[in-house]
Amino acid sequence: MTRPARIALKVSVWTVCLAPLALLAYRAWTDDLGANPISFITNTLGDWTLRILLTSLAMTPLRIVFGLSWPITLRRLLGLFAFAYVCLHFAVWSVLDFFFDWPRMWADIVKRPYITLGMLALLSLIPLAATSTTAMIRRLGARNWTRLHRLAYVAAVCAVLHYLWLAKVGVKDPYWYAAALVVLLGVRGWDWSRRVMRRRRARGETTPPRVRSQVENPLS
Amino acid sequence: MLIRRAPRFAASEITDPQLYLSRRELISGAAAALVLAPSAGTAATPAAAALQPLAATRNAAFSLNEPPTKVEAATTYNNFYEFGVNKDDPSRLGHTLRPRPWTVQVDGFVSKPKTFDIDELIRLFPLEERVYSLRCVEAWSMVIPWIGFPLASLLKRVEPTGQAKYVEFTTLLDPVQFPAQKPGFFGFSSLDWPYVEGLRVDEAMHPLTLLTVGMYGKVLPNQNGAPVRVVIPWKYGFKSAKSIVRIRLVSEQPKTAWEKAAPQEYGFYSNVNPAVSHPRWSQADERRIGEFRRRPTLPFNGYADQVASLYAGMDLKKNY
Repeated sequence: MTRPARIALKVSVWTVCLAPLALLAYRAWTDDLGANPISFITNTLGDWTLRILLTSLAMTPLRIVFGLSWPITLRRLLGLFAFAYVCLHFAVWSVLDFFFDWPRMWADIVKRPYITLGMLALLSLIPLAATSTTAMIRRLGARNWTRLHRLAYVAAVCAVLHYLWLAKVGVKDPYWYAAALVVLLGVRGWDWSRRVMRRRRARGETTPPRVRSQVENPLS
Repeated sequence: MLIRRAPRFAASEITDPQLYLSRRELISGAAAALVLAPSAGTAATPAAAALQPLAATRNAAFSLNEPPTKVEAATTYNNFYEFGVNKDDPSRLGHTLRPRPWTVQVDGFVSKPKTFDIDELIRLFPLEERVYSLRCVEAWSMVIPWIGFPLASLLKRVEPTGQAKYVEFTTLLDPVQFPAQKPGFFGFSSLDWPYVEGLRVDEAMHPLTLLTVGMYGKVLPNQNGAPVRVVIPWKYGFKSAKSIVRIRLVSEQPKTAWEKAAPQEYGFYSNVNPAVSHPRWSQADERRIGEFRRRPTLPFNGYADQVASLYAGMDLKKNY
C-alpha cells in the first residue's frame, strides 16, 4: 500500500472513532442528552467501546477470509481507541454516576456479574494498551507479545457478556454483538484447525496425532 | 390582617397559552381550508393534536411537597414496551395509539359488571390532582402531578364479591396500535402480550391507588398510557399498567407479564424496597430525573406510613 493510501486510511479511522465523542460533546453543549444524561453518556460510550473493540478483532479475519493485509495496520489504532472509550465509560460511571463512592461501586463489582465482567474487560485491556508501542513489542519479543495480546479475546468475551447480562428483557442489541463475536472467533478457530490439519498431513499419515504443545497458538 | 385564601382555581385549570394560540391557528387554518376547499381539506388537519386540558382539584393530603419533574422529561423518557424497548420509543412512536373511542371492561367476581366508555369513566368521579413520586425498578425516579380518582371508587361501584381476592389489569392488545406487539426476528417478542398486571384487592382499594387519566393538567399523553392507567406510587413503575382495557376481579393471583418474562427479577408485589436488590440494580438509591447526585431510596417509596400495614407479618424479601 502506498504512503498516501496508508495516511488516508489512518485519518478515516481517527475521524470515525472520534465522531461519536464529538457528537456527544455537541449534544451536551446543546442540552440534548435526554432526560437521563448520565445514563445516556454511559451507554453511548459503552456501545462504542464494544463496536471499536469488535472492529479491531475483525482485522485478522479479514486477512484470513479475503487475504487482505492492510487491515492489520489498523489493529493497534482501533485497539487503543477501544481502550480510550472504555476508560471514558468507566470514568463516567465512577465520577458522574457514583461520584467517587468507591465502597458502593466495589459492592456492585463483587455482587453483580455483569459489572464484574465489565471490570475484567477493562483490566484485561490495560496491559494491551501499555504494551502497544513498537518498543514494547521489541522488549517483550514477538512471541510473548502475541501471547499477551490474546487477552483481547478475553476482553471481548467479557465485554459482550457484560452487555448481555446488563440488558433487560427484550433488548436485542447485545445479541448482535454476541453473534459478531462468535463469527470473528469462529473464523480464527476454523483457520487454526485448518493449519493443524495441514501440518499433520505434511508430516505424513503414519505419524500418530501429536498432543498439542503449549506453544501452539490456538486463535491467531 | 392578611387572610390567606385558597386560589379559586388550580394552576392546572389555566389554559396553556400554546393551546389557545394553536386554537387560533386552527380557526384560521379552517378558514383557509374553506377557501381552498375541497382540494386542501386534508392540509388543515393539525399534525399532532395538542393535549386537552383536564380540570382537577389538587389533593394536598396526597401530594408530595417537591417540584415536579420537567414535563419534557416525563413525556420523553418512558418505559412502554408496546411501543419498543428504548426510552424514546414511546414518545417517537406513540402516535399509532388511538385513545378514543375506548372502553374499559370491569368484570370478574363483581355483582355489577360493566363496560365503561372512557369519557363516561372520567365524568363518573371527581378528578383529583396528586403529586406522586414514581420510582422505576431501573433506579431512577420522577415526581409527577397525576390526575385521576381512587381506583377504590370504581371498584366499590361494581361491588366485588367475597371471591374477589385480586385485581387484574389488562392493557390493550392490538399490534396495529402497539407496533412492538408484533413478533420480530425469529418470532422474538419482548413480552408475552397483552401486558397484564395485578394487585391484591386491599392494595387496589388503598386510597393511594389512583386510576389515572391525566398528568400535568392535561389528558394523558399516549406515551404515558393514554387514555387510562393505574398509578401505585409505593410499587415499582411497571406495576402501574397503562392503556387499560380490562379490570377483572379474580380469586387467584394473576400471572403478570414481567413475572412471566423474568420471575427471578420481577415479583408479584414489587414494592419499592431499598433492602432487596434487583439482580442488576441495587435498589438502595436512585437518580431523581433532573438531579445529579443519587439519593437514597425510601421503603415503599416514601409511602411506608400509609401502606406498610398492608404487609404486616409478610417476609418482603421473599415476597419481592
